[in-house]
Amino acid sequence: MNASTPPPARRSVQEVRERVEALPDPELPVIGLGDLGVVGSVGPAADGVLEVEIMPTYLGCPALPEITAAVRDVLAACGHPDGRVRQVLSPPWTTDRITPEGRRRLAAHGIAPPVSPVPDGPVPVELGGVPCPHCGSRATRPHSTFGPSRCQSVQWCTACREPFPHLTAL
Amino acid sequence: MTTTRDDPAVPAAAGAGGTPAATTGTAADLAVHLLRLGDDALVLGQRLCQWITRAPTVDEDLALSNIALDLIGHARVLLTRAGHIDGTGRSEDDLAFTRSEREFTNVLLTELPNGDFATTVARQLAYTHYAVPYYQALADCSDAELAAFGARAAKEVAFHRLHADRWTRTLAGGTRESARRMQQGLERVWPYTAELFDEDEVTRRLSTSGTAPSPALLRTTWQRNVSEVVTGAGLTMPAPSWSARGGRSGLHTEEFGPLIAELQSVHRQFPGGRW
Repeated sequence: MNASTPPPARRSVQEVRERVEALPDPELPVIGLGDLGVVGSVGPAADGVLEVEIMPTYLGCPALPEITAAVRDVLAACGHPDGRVRQVLSPPWTTDRITPEGRRRLAAHGIAPPVSPVPDGPVPVELGGVPCPHCGSRATRPHSTFGPSRCQSVQWCTACREPFPHLTAL
Repeated sequence: MTTTRDDPAVPAAAGAGGTPAATTGTAADLAVHLLRLGDDALVLGQRLCQWITRAPTVDEDLALSNIALDLIGHARVLLTRAGHIDGTGRSEDDLAFTRSEREFTNVLLTELPNGDFATTVARQLAYTHYAVPYYQALADCSDAELAAFGARAAKEVAFHRLHADRWTRTLAGGTRESARRMQQGLERVWPYTAELFDEDEVTRRLSTSGTAPSPALLRTTWQRNVSEVVTGAGLTMPAPSWSARGGRSGLHTEEFGPLIAELQSVHRQFPGGRW
């Protein structure tokens, strides 16, 4: 981004969307906000101001202020200095929103992607057999429901004896 | 401090411009209700934070701090909304950091000292078995924003409930000492559980209008589910004895003051500070 003296040219909605989606998630930098599925609609609000909807993964996600600031920077760099970021709770974000590319990238970085979605409530992790991202074995077992960040649990592979984080299905 | 929420002469003056001057009828009730739910989440979250670096294992340290983080996340949504619709224009920070003890309306259960680990588990068991069905019911209520919050929060608290259920069973089935402590934890928190289901004019009006669920209606489900875990783990349900109330009207336990003092200390030293 070579924003310096003149005000940046006004970019299209589509381009803003692409740049927002390319932003890395602060807690899972291997995956972009687009692949994580937290970007809702991008477009002009009723008053004509460009608005980006962000769907928080968890209500208390500490990355939210950082994400909001990063999106504002994108808006400013794209010639929308008055652009807004709005948090939306409905429809809720779920792990189903993570794209196949996102799942692939998570697995490639040693984070087991969420296992098949369930209609409601949490999946008892015992039923899992979450495939180990290191050796692929399903002989894994839950170690702790609460992991390094709010959306991850810790699993343990009995085959290669490595612990690994797992993005908990929500 | 007396509340003046129903006084039409008071609202909005202090507020951020554009906040609808409000707060009679359902809006006033909803503001009171949001503050209660927000205070429950904030105070329990703050209490659980006191386990950080002191939990039995590092995994448990992470678990309890993650649960606290979720609860504080819930409080932020609820308090922001409360300050918005009560007409005062107070922010979540204003509500968390500038109110006095008597202005907090959390149930006493949430402020109980952590005690030993088993007592914390017992408190979590009681709270989560109430909060999950409450938030699920909230998801079906008429206020769209609150319904979206309820749907979301219910899923999060369901993980906390799983955590509490597991620890209750683990401690009950551990050593004689761990089972004794778990039973003692249940006895300790039990007198504070009745307040969760108390009704007053506010909750009655809100449930009649379909704006919020009636807490009293959840009591049977709560009793059944908790007793399933407790008796299933080989423990006994505490016998009903006395019950403590007062949190909803701002009357707190002696241990509440230091907790709030700690919560507000940075803000008091550096008013308006940002980082």
